[in-house]
Amino acid sequence: MIGLLNGPDLAEASLLRPLALRMRGVDMGYGAMPVLHDFGLSVEQGEFLALLGPSGSGKTTALRLIAGFERPDAGTIEIGGEMVCDADCQAGRWVPPEKRRVGMVFQDYALFPHLSVARNVSFGLPRNGTSREARVGSALALVGLAGLGGRTPDQLSGGQQQRVALARALAPEPEIILLDEPFSNLDAELRASVREDVRRILRDAGATAILVTHDQEEALSIADRVAVMLDGRILQVGPPEELYHRPATRSIAEFVGDAQFVPGDAEGRRAKTILGELPLHAATEGPVDVMLRPEMLRLAPASTPDDGPGAGVLGTIVSRAFFGHDQLLTVSLEGGLTLKARIGAYSGFRPGDQVTVSIRGGVLAFPRQAG
Amino acid sequence: MLPALLVAAVELLPLIYLVSRTFSAGESAWQMLLRGRTLEIAFNSVLLAGSVALATVIIAVPLAWLTSRTDLPGRRFWSTAAALPLVIPSYIGALVIVGAFGPRGLLQSALEPFGLDRLPSIYGFFGSWLTLSLFTYPYVYLTVRAALSKIDPAQEEAARCLGHGAWRTFFAVTLPQIRPAAAAGALLTALYTLGDFGVVTLLRYDAFTRAIYVQYRSAMDRGGAAILALLLVSISIVVLMVEARSRGNATLHRIGSGGGRYPRPARLGYAKLPALLFCTLIVGSALALPVALLMAWFIRSLRATTDFSTLPAATLHSLTLGFWTALIATACALPIATLLVRFPGPGARIVERLTFLGYALPGIVVALAFVAFGAGTPVYQTLAMLVAACVVRFLPEAVSACRTSLLQVSPRLEEAARGLGRSHAGAVASVTVPLARSGILAGATLVLLTAMKELPATLLLSPTGWDTLAVDIWTAANDAAYGRAAAPALILIVIASIPMLFLAPRERESGP
Repeated sequence: MIGLLNGPDLAEASLLRPLALRMRGVDMGYGAMPVLHDFGLSVEQGEFLALLGPSGSGKTTALRLIAGFERPDAGTIEIGGEMVCDADCQAGRWVPPEKRRVGMVFQDYALFPHLSVARNVSFGLPRNGTSREARVGSALALVGLAGLGGRTPDQLSGGQQQRVALARALAPEPEIILLDEPFSNLDAELRASVREDVRRILRDAGATAILVTHDQEEALSIADRVAVMLDGRILQVGPPEELYHRPATRSIAEFVGDAQFVPGDAEGRRAKTILGELPLHAATEGPVDVMLRPEMLRLAPASTPDDGPGAGVLGTIVSRAFFGHDQLLTVSLEGGLTLKARIGAYSGFRPGDQVTVSIRGGVLAFPRQAG
Repeated sequence: MLPALLVAAVELLPLIYLVSRTFSAGESAWQMLLRGRTLEIAFNSVLLAGSVALATVIIAVPLAWLTSRTDLPGRRFWSTAAALPLVIPSYIGALVIVGAFGPRGLLQSALEPFGLDRLPSIYGFFGSWLTLSLFTYPYVYLTVRAALSKIDPAQEEAARCLGHGAWRTFFAVTLPQIRPAAAAGALLTALYTLGDFGVVTLLRYDAFTRAIYVQYRSAMDRGGAAILALLLVSISIVVLMVEARSRGNATLHRIGSGGGRYPRPARLGYAKLPALLFCTLIVGSALALPVALLMAWFIRSLRATTDFSTLPAATLHSLTLGFWTALIATACALPIATLLVRFPGPGARIVERLTFLGYALPGIVVALAFVAFGAGTPVYQTLAMLVAACVVRFLPEAVSACRTSLLQVSPRLEEAARGLGRSHAGAVASVTVPLARSGILAGATLVLLTAMKELPATLLLSPTGWDTLAVDIWTAANDAAYGRAAAPALILIVIASIPMLFLAPRERESGP
């Protein structure tokens, strides 16, 4: 059985580099409504962490606490080794947002409409610094907007505004960059390419970054580590692959990617299910629910000759959604179970076709849920 | 198209009169224009307009910021109360200021026991400036508040993240973005000051409007009055054009959709007390003082057996004038607004300019032109004449209200009705009219209430013996009979408060 690991414990287990951020035991509520409870998070320098959670999970509040726009009721926040907020001790320590060396990219970018692009970028630089112009130039070059410094923000496209916001946040060389749902205002076409750009820019700048998002695909594709948040707590932190293949709980499995569950009986590293005996990643005993991702299902035409045990069970295709790069088939199994299967675009299954269903690879089992 | 153009051309009548009268006056008119006295009057008017505009900004910007962005105690109360001086007609304001600070006024009687029997004179520039600043600052306050509410709070947070403290953030991010709105509001108060008749006449400051009235009254010198009026209108048009341009600049505030989050209020800390004192001082002198003083005068007048017999008639007259003006102005405004909204083009642009010009026509100028047109004809000194002058004066307001309500009805809706089988007229009747009706009615109500307060046109044009509330207040004020002025003034203020119920800045529900 996989136990529930606390965020900070898991995060600090493999620390090699110094910490850019450490939050411990942070409680935060609006009035009587708790938003964060015993929230802990650590981020290494140079790391890109995604804070993934549904809306209302408290992820934006966590970001605003780091930036210093909100004050916690309890807990401590350290940035770059310096205590910026200590709500636990009597005297209380509080560093205002402008002294925290935190850069923020807002959801709607919050560019200053009355200033040119260059003056937006230089806004956070020391006023009489000698290298001001050079730093603006290199920040704009970094985001691929060299030469556009004279424009005003409303003359730029959404993607360009996004990159100006990034350049503005990076120019003062902050300890951490915070990104609050930065891609949600871009249309789907642009989003993928801008996402790729942002990742490259942050990596080139060697920046530490925290991205807040509700889009699991975005979190998995862009971050070094993903922290899953639900109801004001971090439930699991880990590399994207670990989160997807080894979710710690059923609710994480359901939130990160599509998950479907098949009842079974576990004996050591094997579980008996309607789909036959499946190999388990970890040994366990008793009634379990086995998690199946749609792409773990393998379909074959029912007419192919049976090649022994493990060849799968019979089913009928019920419906089909074609996406171009792949397709999602709904299969009704003989035992009465209905499962979704994601397969390549070139298989010509149609609704009504008879298929045999088998599972590839090992599977993850969770203790059987009552009801 | 043609009816709209004709109606809009009515706005030109006063100008045509002024120009023709000036030219027919011949050479002497030009000599008059260059006379030292004329230049002095022009200087006085411009000086007053400029100082009032400056003062209103100094009053209104801090008020707007305090009431929308800070943890000022009683913020909701202050945010409404600060807009309320708008309901006090400025000539009533002047009456109160004279009553409070003038000779034998409230302050002097209070100071007399201490041996102070002479105060610096309230008449002239200082009194006019004080009165107009106190009673017109809400124009700036409301526009600045609107601009503040449009700034994405994330911008201020972004500035904090980039190392700027609260004060530097205000000066580097907030202030530059409310500057166009403040400028537009200030120019509006300047325009109002240029055209205002009651304050400068009661407080005896030689600005254009007073000089025009005196010239007209004493010398019956129409040519001289016309030249002054033409000069005044020209200056007003310049101010109006600058105002229109600054308003155009004021529209760009948010880039992107904007989260619409409620900004976290700034903590005032130790500044709370001075902030409260400031709000109390402004709202106290522009709202509490006039209302309290008028009430006191009213109560005293009850004991002094003042004659209230003319009050019902005057109220009825004011309502009659307001009703006809609103009805005819709205009827004239509808074709213009339809043209502007549905058929934009060069014709519409001309009509738009013509109506917009009406904003630069002070009441005294319109009145003067109508007196000249009407004199000797049977319509002179009839209600029809007075209503016609008021329609010319308030047509721009009526057009603006109709236009706004028509703009809110998308032409797509009419097209949808056509697609469902309605005729063009049927679509207008079943879709456009019901949707625009409440907005047009609100606009008409606003015109009705504004026309009731109109002073100079009523003063010059109302039929003999047909006094309105405004005229009653005016006569009483000139006799320094404050008790007699109190009752009609209170009635006017109550009536003028009605639209504030709709226009008062509505507080957004407080955020998380």
